[in-house]
Amino acid sequence: MTCDAPAAQSAVWRSYGIRRRSTRTVRVRVSAALVALTVLAVLLVPPLAQLDQQAVDLAAKLQPPSRSHPFGTDDLGRDLLLRCVYGLRVSLLVGLVAALVAAVVGTAVGAAAGALGGWVDRAVMRVVDTLSSVPHLLLGIFVVALFRPGVVPVAVSVASTHWLSTARIVRAEVLSLRSRPFIDAAVSGGASRRRIAVRHLLPAVAPQAALAAVLMVPHAMWHESALSFLGLGLPTHMASLGNLVQGARSSLLAGHWWPTLFPGLFIIVPTLAIAGLAGAWRERISPRRRSELML
Amino acid sequence: MLELRAVTAGYDPKAPVVRNASLAVAPGEAVGLLGPSGCGKSTLARVAALLHRPDSGTLLLDGTPVRRWRHRAPREQRTAVGVVFQQPRLSADPRLRLTDLIAEPLRATGRREEAPGRVAELAAAVGLTPDLLGRRPHEVSDGQLQRACLARALVLRPRWLVCDEMTAMLDASTTAALVAVVEEYRAATGAGLLAVGHDHTLLRRWCDRTAHWEDVTGGTP
Repeated sequence: MTCDAPAAQSAVWRSYGIRRRSTRTVRVRVSAALVALTVLAVLLVPPLAQLDQQAVDLAAKLQPPSRSHPFGTDDLGRDLLLRCVYGLRVSLLVGLVAALVAAVVGTAVGAAAGALGGWVDRAVMRVVDTLSSVPHLLLGIFVVALFRPGVVPVAVSVASTHWLSTARIVRAEVLSLRSRPFIDAAVSGGASRRRIAVRHLLPAVAPQAALAAVLMVPHAMWHESALSFLGLGLPTHMASLGNLVQGARSSLLAGHWWPTLFPGLFIIVPTLAIAGLAGAWRERISPRRRSELML
Repeated sequence: MLELRAVTAGYDPKAPVVRNASLAVAPGEAVGLLGPSGCGKSTLARVAALLHRPDSGTLLLDGTPVRRWRHRAPREQRTAVGVVFQQPRLSADPRLRLTDLIAEPLRATGRREEAPGRVAELAAAVGLTPDLLGRRPHEVSDGQLQRACLARALVLRPRWLVCDEMTAMLDASTTAALVAVVEEYRAATGAGLLAVGHDHTLLRRWCDRTAHWEDVTGGTP
């Protein structure tokens, strides 16, 4: 190692010396802008555009990107930009619902296990361990296969496989809080078990649980896309990002890159943006736990 | 009478921290418990406040043996003993304003309507201004927070008070003020006091009698 930057040696924890500034502000701003853009597109384009995403125009099938179709058209001549926005809408909805349900269930189970302790804790956590040992996608496919394709089964499938990590995080938080003197003080002040949980424990774990929920949104979107891509998720006529990529697979070999690329970007960019924002938030609330809440 | 009889307690049954400790606090009496750091004073104080189940031995409250501990203990028994801990930072919920911190035991026991009057009264007694009452624990000093914790311990009018190194983190003037508040409360209600600490001078002056750890545990270390 050369010694041309002695100042950098004092700051050994920096991953890139003293000269390069951290890219954190930039990351946060870009992520925020992209999330805002996603939300606006999803909320505003369908009512404002007044266009039918299902409109088939066989005369204009598989057109490359042009002025009238910025993302090109698919093999039935449907406008891909519109299809992508509608697909994002469905994927985001599934992601949000699944993440919310998973976070609520996970928090409830984790908090109950941590607060009650003893054999309840052991039993619940063994169940969580058992379910975690099964690959998520496999378990998700099993759940989806039990129902008719639709938004609800997919959300249920994603939620039912993803509450486990939240339950673990919340239980760990509760266990560490349970032995603090302020809980002793509450017990001594005559508080019931329920009161301690609602008044002291849940507010303390709320930031961690909310963060886990936000980090789960991109994860759930990927999961939905994966299920749809396998043909097990949403019905094929419904535009979802997974369905779009799946439908475009055959035309990719014929040299038509746009029906795969744009839905793919619509999966990657919003999920990265949400994950970026959540990551910045995580660094704020728990700077020492970067490695624990992996996406 | 708050009476500990042959209490053995700890966190591992094979290696108890407290062995065979006996101590009694009569109503209105102030007992100081002196001992070196790490000897198990705090554990004994937690047993006396029903916060830690001993491995063996009994705790008698007015002759009634305590059978259940922590949140399983009957509410009258739990709230009969008020506790002040050594570290105010750890013993105050960081999300509650000082008003709510002091009023919390009243709310938890369903006496919500008494809260405003009682909080104002106690805040004046322990020397907290209305400005401080609206702040959260991280916005006040250790001494101010310990004043609030003492007010919280007194809010349910306990018949005994357990002060576990209450003044160890504080400066002399705050110590004097808090001791004065405790004494005032005891004079008004006739409550008993178990003050745990390592400061001989303070406890000798404060308490009616002091007990050394060796005497309490019958000479066993």
